Amino acid sequence: MNIIELKKVGEIAPPLFNEQGQPCGYVHSIETGAAVDGPGMRFALFVSGCQFRCLYCHNPDTWKLHNGKLYTVDEIVAEIGKYASFLRVAGGLTISGGEPMMQAHFTGEIFRRAKHDLKLHTAIDTQGFLSGNLDDDWFEPIDLVLLDIKEFNSARHERLTGKPVEPTLAFAERLVRLKKKVWLRYVLLPGFSDFAEDVDALARFAASLGNVERVEVLPFHKLGEHKWADLGLTYELTDVQPPSRDLIKRVQAQFREHGLTTY
Amino acid sequence: MNAPEINLQLDAWRGFAAGDWQKKVATRDFIQLNYTPYAGDDQFLAGPTARTTQLWEELSVLLKEERKRGVLEVSAQVGSSITSHGPGYINKDLETIVGLQTDAPLRRAIMPNGGLRMVQNSLAAYHFEESPLIAEIFTKYRKDHNMGVFDAYTPEIMACRRSGVITGLPDAYGRGRIIGDYRRVALYGVDFLIEDKKREKAELDDVAFTEDVIRLREELSEQIKALAELKSMGQSYGFDLARPATNAQEAIQWLYLGYLAAVKEQNGAAMSIGRISTFLDIYIQRDLDEGRLTEEQAQEMIDHMVMKLRIVRFLRTPEYDELFSGDPTWVTESIGGVGMDGRPLVTRTSFRVLHTLYNLGPAPEPNLTVLWSTSFPQGFKEFCSKVSIDTSAIQYENDDLMRPKWGDDYAIACCVSAMAVGKQMQFFGARVNVAKALLYAINGGVDEKTGKVVAKGFEPIKADVLDFAEVSAKYDKMLDWLAKTYVTALNCIHYMHDKYAYERIEMALHDRDILRTMACGIAGLSVAADSLSAIKHAKVHVVRNEAGLAVDYKIEGSYPAYGNNDDRVDTIAVAITEQMMSKIKAQPAFYRDATPTQSVLTITSNVVYGKKTGNTPDGRRAGAPFSPGANPMNGRDENGFIAAGFSVSKIPYDAALDGISWTASMTPDALGHNEQDRVRTLAASIDGLFGPHGEGGGSACDATAAVKKQVDQLFHLNMNVLNRDTLQDAMEHPENYPQLTVRVSGYAVNFVKLTREQQLDVISRTFHERC
Repeated sequence: MNIIELKKVGEIAPPLFNEQGQPCGYVHSIETGAAVDGPGMRFALFVSGCQFRCLYCHNPDTWKLHNGKLYTVDEIVAEIGKYASFLRVAGGLTISGGEPMMQAHFTGEIFRRAKHDLKLHTAIDTQGFLSGNLDDDWFEPIDLVLLDIKEFNSARHERLTGKPVEPTLAFAERLVRLKKKVWLRYVLLPGFSDFAEDVDALARFAASLGNVERVEVLPFHKLGEHKWADLGLTYELTDVQPPSRDLIKRVQAQFREHGLTTY
Repeated sequence: MNAPEINLQLDAWRGFAAGDWQKKVATRDFIQLNYTPYAGDDQFLAGPTARTTQLWEELSVLLKEERKRGVLEVSAQVGSSITSHGPGYINKDLETIVGLQTDAPLRRAIMPNGGLRMVQNSLAAYHFEESPLIAEIFTKYRKDHNMGVFDAYTPEIMACRRSGVITGLPDAYGRGRIIGDYRRVALYGVDFLIEDKKREKAELDDVAFTEDVIRLREELSEQIKALAELKSMGQSYGFDLARPATNAQEAIQWLYLGYLAAVKEQNGAAMSIGRISTFLDIYIQRDLDEGRLTEEQAQEMIDHMVMKLRIVRFLRTPEYDELFSGDPTWVTESIGGVGMDGRPLVTRTSFRVLHTLYNLGPAPEPNLTVLWSTSFPQGFKEFCSKVSIDTSAIQYENDDLMRPKWGDDYAIACCVSAMAVGKQMQFFGARVNVAKALLYAINGGVDEKTGKVVAKGFEPIKADVLDFAEVSAKYDKMLDWLAKTYVTALNCIHYMHDKYAYERIEMALHDRDILRTMACGIAGLSVAADSLSAIKHAKVHVVRNEAGLAVDYKIEGSYPAYGNNDDRVDTIAVAITEQMMSKIKAQPAFYRDATPTQSVLTITSNVVYGKKTGNTPDGRRAGAPFSPGANPMNGRDENGFIAAGFSVSKIPYDAALDGISWTASMTPDALGHNEQDRVRTLAASIDGLFGPHGEGGGSACDATAAVKKQVDQLFHLNMNVLNRDTLQDAMEHPENYPQLTVRVSGYAVNFVKLTREQQLDVISRTFHERC
């Protein structure tokens, strides 16, 4: 694939302030002890709001910004601060969602203070769709990007997520320039993201970047199905089964063929 | 000493660095001068030998039969003593380390000194015939511990025992939690130890003969007799324990026979072995250096010793097993730690002992306990972590917290009780139910289940909505009453235990002048804390029955629950712990001037405690199990693993010097995507929780740091890495999981040996899962 022209798509939410004028944002939930969202045992902040509508989303309750609970940056940083000494030894901070870039004013400030005040390792779990709206400085306090690429073929990506893949790929290339480490995350959904040619092309692309430290193939699961019903949404994947062991192995092998460390 | 003995000693001690330990009994001094720290990884370890595998297979057949029957066999015709039974073997040709409690493996002994009633009930429960002679001896000619205690108890203590506000008291069984320094047998040989005991006694020839001195003199005489019996038991196996061990095999054998003497004589609740790995490593290392031993042989001996420790058995009633599930013996072995000079006490044998969990498969006993320090070498940290992930059979206790209190040669008795080996013992005190005590405060001392008055002279709360200040004031008074009744009971128990069931051989392997602690304990901490939190932060309505007794509570609004790192409630848990400790300390008398301590530990009695406790103001239903130890209530710790660990870390060790237990369960998937990630993440997490943390641990740039209080450290992590599905499958198909081991509040159990109720409790505990 050729260099993709960096262009601005979508819109980030405007900065939000409470009545006292303090910056704040919408948080879906907090998980202390997340060990599968970046290295070590981490403080995971799930913020709300996402432009994607992934068919397999296990947190559809994070889609709508206002589904979250409003917190000030100070409150969140204070909460993370309680765990700072632990996190410095054992892990760090991961902001996930939802899509953390949607509330970039909020999450950017949290990253900045977590990195510089609390001295934490920081990771963002993102699909990067909105990254064109953010300048390089925004990424400065982020150590690791958990980059979710849902499909490499744009049409299939759009079928799966409702949005095209190009902004994500452009972001991946930008991360090379920004010298950011990347863990590529690929949710494997039979019939939607298991196309050998797409996986192969994605693997080739990822390997060409040079900053992808590992690839995590995440088997589709239905643990979030009940949330769709709770929200009055129709879950389209009721009849889709999680990928077989063989399929997972095949996809992992495809990434490994390109020299990528894959789990 | 005559010449041949000196030569023998010279040979036994060849190559060891000289020191004070050669002139007097000083095991720690010997270890510090002679051990070889190991900072590497697990690559050197050897798998099981053919003999080991065969021996374990033969034993497995018996274990299977035992699981089926509950008790395999009983030697019911003779009261057990150090010399009561002839030698016993599993398969003499295969065993490198020998010795059984009776003359056959898994044949249980009876120990009527602790209580004839326990013996009789156990025999009846498993359909064995009792000996009329023994019954006659202990009814006609002498008393046992149990009878003595009940002669001294007050009606109030009896009422507390019945209602369950105080439970599990060692008044009908051996108190345990005493660790002989079994290493002394190997290092010095028994004759040296007898001489030393004679010296200790002779020093008391010319002092004023107070009751204390007379008792001590009688005890020292008993100790000397017990040591002589140990020698003769050794002879029956063909060993001359009079002299010190001269090589690794003898060192392990001598030490084990010392321990065996203890478990032949005492049916103690917990019969822990101490801190032996690094001591034994000195002998193994010397033999390896001398070319007398290979790694395979070294591992084989450790495997065989551990096999023996796995089959220590006591005859107990089904009710006892219900309280302390799964037939536990708490052969706790404490591994690692760091010396006062900063050198980790991790040796190759620390690895070898943990490696038995691979060579023999997982097992609950011995209760392998890692005295974790953040300054451990990375190789050992990662090996421990790997063992946890693979077997769920080990627990971690914070050496960085304990070392400043107890030095660098303490060991854990039972689950979480630290004591300097050979220099300290405890009077085990089970625990009181602080959640039920809260209900007593509300009901003016009337039991919520029976309607009977248990605590006299208290007024109930009459309001329809509970007022925090009023409840707190009444609770404070009720805890005064509870502490008084409790300590009175413990004084009775330990006076009588010393009198009728004295631990002769264990105490023979102690110094004469020791520190005694009175180990009190509390259960139901999270229920009490959450109840008070509900009363304070929500609105709790009282539901009374026709008799006016508060029997249920309706909560309006929500309240912060303990286990979410929320100071609004965590401070309440801290306050209850400190309050109870100060009330215990305020008691006027402790038997033998013992120093009072307490634990926040339930073992598995959290299930029984729950059964005996009515509805509580936190919304818990009557009869529902408490959370174990200092754990948050199942399912209420919603903010994840670290937040739960942080809440527990706030309970100050100084207010609970007998230990604070936290059991955490995690699915493998939640620890990482691959084995290496999981191993490193778990090791780093233990470091993060055991190291100083809490708000005070924040960076200097953190504005809150300057104004922050103390820094917290987690005391204990009882770690399970398991899938809930595995446990559910094991409930349905126990035959497929004979060795499935899970950790519960300070020790490990065979999951398939738990009662169905306990199994369900374990499954219902919070599993930190991937979301």
